[in-house]
Amino acid sequence: MSTDQSLFGFSSHRLGRRLASLLILPLAAMLSGCDFVVLAPSGDIAAQQRDLLVISTLLMLIIIVPVMALTVFFAWRYRQSNASATYAPDWDHSTKLELVIWAAPLLIIICLGALTWLGTHLLDPYRRLDRIAPGQPVTEDHRPLRVEVVSLDWKWLFIYPEYGIATVNEAAAPVGRPIDFRITSSGVMNSFYVPALAGMIYSMAGMETKLHAVINHEGSYTGFSANYSGAGFSGMRFAFHGQSQAGFDEWVAKAKAAGQTLDKANYLQLERPSENEPVRRYASVDPNLYQAILNMCVEPGKMCMNEMMAIDAKGGLGLEGAYNTLPLEYDKFARRGSIFGPRPSYVASICTAEEAEAAFRAARNGGDNSIGPKDHSPLRGAGLLRPWPRPELPGAMSQLDVPALSSRL
Amino acid sequence: MAVPQPVETTFLFGRLTWQAFPLHEPILVATFAVVALGGVALLATLTWFRLWGYLWREWFTSVDHKKIGIMYMVLGLIMLLRGFADAIMMRLQQAMAFNGSEGYLNAHHYDQIFTAHGVIMIFFVAMPLVTGLMNYVVPLQIGARDVSFPFLNNFSFWMTVGGAVLVMASLFVGEFAQTGWLAYPPLSNIGYSPWVGVDYYIWGLQVAGVGTTLSGINLICTIIKMRAPGMSLMKMPVFTWTSLCTNVLIVASFPVLTAVLALLSLDRYVGTNFFTNDFGGNPMMYVNLIWIWGHPEVYILILPLFGVFSEVTSTFSGKKLFGYTSMVYATVVITVLSYLVWLHHFFTMGSGASVNSFFGITTMIISIPTGAKIFNWLFTMYRGRIRFELPMMWTVAFMLTFTVGGMTGVLLAVPPADFVLHNSLFLVAHFHNVIIGGVLFGLFAGIAYWWPKAFGFKLDPFWGKVSFWCWVVGFWLAFMPLYILGLMGVTRRMRVFDDPSLQIWFIIAGLGAALIAVGIAAMLLQFFVSIMRREKLVDETGDPWDGRTLEWSTSSPPPAYNFAFTPVIHDNDAWWDMKKRGYSRPLSGYRPIHMPSNTGTGVILAGLSTVIGFALVWYIWWLAAVGFFALLVTAIGHTFNYHRDFHIPAEEVTRTEEARTELLAARS
Repeated sequence: MSTDQSLFGFSSHRLGRRLASLLILPLAAMLSGCDFVVLAPSGDIAAQQRDLLVISTLLMLIIIVPVMALTVFFAWRYRQSNASATYAPDWDHSTKLELVIWAAPLLIIICLGALTWLGTHLLDPYRRLDRIAPGQPVTEDHRPLRVEVVSLDWKWLFIYPEYGIATVNEAAAPVGRPIDFRITSSGVMNSFYVPALAGMIYSMAGMETKLHAVINHEGSYTGFSANYSGAGFSGMRFAFHGQSQAGFDEWVAKAKAAGQTLDKANYLQLERPSENEPVRRYASVDPNLYQAILNMCVEPGKMCMNEMMAIDAKGGLGLEGAYNTLPLEYDKFARRGSIFGPRPSYVASICTAEEAEAAFRAARNGGDNSIGPKDHSPLRGAGLLRPWPRPELPGAMSQLDVPALSSRL
Repeated sequence: MAVPQPVETTFLFGRLTWQAFPLHEPILVATFAVVALGGVALLATLTWFRLWGYLWREWFTSVDHKKIGIMYMVLGLIMLLRGFADAIMMRLQQAMAFNGSEGYLNAHHYDQIFTAHGVIMIFFVAMPLVTGLMNYVVPLQIGARDVSFPFLNNFSFWMTVGGAVLVMASLFVGEFAQTGWLAYPPLSNIGYSPWVGVDYYIWGLQVAGVGTTLSGINLICTIIKMRAPGMSLMKMPVFTWTSLCTNVLIVASFPVLTAVLALLSLDRYVGTNFFTNDFGGNPMMYVNLIWIWGHPEVYILILPLFGVFSEVTSTFSGKKLFGYTSMVYATVVITVLSYLVWLHHFFTMGSGASVNSFFGITTMIISIPTGAKIFNWLFTMYRGRIRFELPMMWTVAFMLTFTVGGMTGVLLAVPPADFVLHNSLFLVAHFHNVIIGGVLFGLFAGIAYWWPKAFGFKLDPFWGKVSFWCWVVGFWLAFMPLYILGLMGVTRRMRVFDDPSLQIWFIIAGLGAALIAVGIAAMLLQFFVSIMRREKLVDETGDPWDGRTLEWSTSSPPPAYNFAFTPVIHDNDAWWDMKKRGYSRPLSGYRPIHMPSNTGTGVILAGLSTVIGFALVWYIWWLAAVGFFALLVTAIGHTFNYHRDFHIPAEEVTRTEEARTELLAARS
């Protein structure tokens, strides 16, 4: 793959050749056999990040090299046995020199700081792409490909809402089309990283992180979790295919042909911890699945995070809310209850299924997590039972009648 | 559907059962056999030579800052062996686990090893060694007879030991955390780490943390209140300055660690939800809090060693330190800035670009005072007469190694660069580059430099040089491949690999680790050989390096009271100044010296705390309650101990000082 469009583009092979002239032969042979994917990526974002890395290094070498050279030189020149060198035991101050030694690093850091400020804003993973490659701006025709990514214990789930398909441990994108990754986790924190494509971003349960990237060269690249997440972490690897449009269509068709459906029940099975999972494909996906995962409410009857936040934004349910729980019967990993804690439980949903779906639809389309039009009048649990005496909760929360609440939501 | 299981506990043993002993792990059984045999041999030797009484009276219960300092160093060196054993096991696993091989460690074992390696190296190697050095040197440098609170000092030390004991116990009873050294939730929460590993982590660090915080308070008071007359702040030796800054950092940051671990234990023990997403908690709070402690922590480790390098460079160049004032200000600036950079440990968590740039730039700004320090050492060497004794060799190796580590650090502070290198082996190489190249090299320089002061004889240079070259070459061999692997996109904490082209680099790194092992062995041999040949290596002057600061004005080892007369300071290289002005030791007029008495209370309190920690790990509530009650009783009981101090009689001081006078006279 060539990266000649980038400022500091050098391929691993050329790097190998350069080093060969400097280093001993076996080392050079080893280096040229390596794939320096971080220094020779195939995506425009990763290439720009690489450029920043190289420029920063060169900037710092301006000061590092003289310091190291001076260290060696002074150590040698002023060794005890060298009587010809000047000895000035009481010389301990020189204003000019002090100015230089504070100013030199300061100047470098000012340059580097400016570069950092610009680079960080330009390469913010949340920022929509403005170019596909140098000199090739994003136009109206470049509709971003939305990919919803979920890190599970210990595998990756990719949902392509546009095509209604999903895959496990394999992702693909057409070359030159902006990709809009929405990333979350089913439990433990992971980090979504395809070194050839773009820098990493954490995946966290109940939260969504974003990554905008584009792949510029066809090929099959490695992606993995870059944040340790437990026993099966080493096997959390997937292939990321950069494909021509035709190849990508074929890839989608392959998933469509697989025939399986990823609905909530199947997801709960898939979510269970497993290691070194093979690639799986799903021909269709529940359109609300990703929002349900993100809001931690795939399990039926559990209150979604966005619902909880909407209630809290209006002042919360007060103490009564503490009883709006159901005993936890499903747990994907292990016992969750603590020794002195209450019996494991979860917050029960008070939305109807339709309301939840409407909220998800709104979130999908607008990216806004609120439910319906905003009503800022305080909501103080009116309509719920008073906290004391403690209401009887025989395991199900159907006891709580909340007509006032649901009508106000 | 897995129904949540209540924990099986018994009243007497909590959740401790026979299954807690890892008899099915041959590696652990063999390790235990070796440790047990070694332990029995050690205990037998001590008993045979009737050393128990001596150790108890002269060392364990001692409140002498010098002895406590030495005990800290011994603890750090012992734990270094454990932490390094973990390192070798990781290197071996990563070098083996290719081409479908699973290596020789399963995930449960391997994940504990890398967690334990990090925890032990930071908390129980670097911290005790740094604290030990400060404890030993600071009172001597400021002309004091002990620290401000000698009993507290003893107690702090034993609390650190208590934490270490808990972490070591996890090796053979139960398990250690499998979370990485900072135990991020949700992984460290009860849902994902249901057994005892994280609890060992929490209580080990909490017990040791008490010791660290108290020791920090103690040293701050000592430096602020107990300086010899004439020693204004700007006349303090640089090592004392850096120690002061480090202890300020300790006191201001360790409570954050204590608090965040307390919140984590509430989540784990009483079912709160500070760091779970259900019920509205958020793990990002933990990550922020732990790094608000964690970033100052790395400066806690490195600052005192910057002080060591300053002392060593100036002494062995036979020259005043260049730019003392700017050195002090650089240290203070680093101290303040170290609180403003924590977010650079998680740029990839999704903060906005402005937040990320802010923390990236503050991080870069720290490199300015650090760079100024390097230049100051450089210009101290300039026009000096450099004697390449061991401490100076470590210092030059540090300057060359640390600048590279600093450069890769600033590189990682550029957020977009961090996005591609975060959590990679490049990062691992970076922090080992600064911690080994800075902290450890500095500690070795400090040990070689102050050893003659502590024991009255120099270290054997031959084995020291063997150790030096093995460490320096071994370090580069072990960590250069990691930089390269990081650029190849290899992430940290991996147990098995599928790309065979990476293997060669892990093998090279393994060889580097083996060379470091030789370096450690050579260092231990150096200590042994030096002790054997102490007659030949003896230093009777008390000032073997032609030193510049006050500690070199006393005998080696210094008497219990350090200084028969409190010195009066006129210049910042106090002893150099005294020598230049033709100072002569006062030979008469000795007076009784007021000193603190030894006490066993510190050992008992820390022992009880360790028992409480163990009981809480295993849910043995009665033991925790009994332990806590005993702790209160002992602490209150100690307040009725009125035998806190005594006077060294004037005759004894006279005898000690006259012996030294004769020794010095015989030499000249």
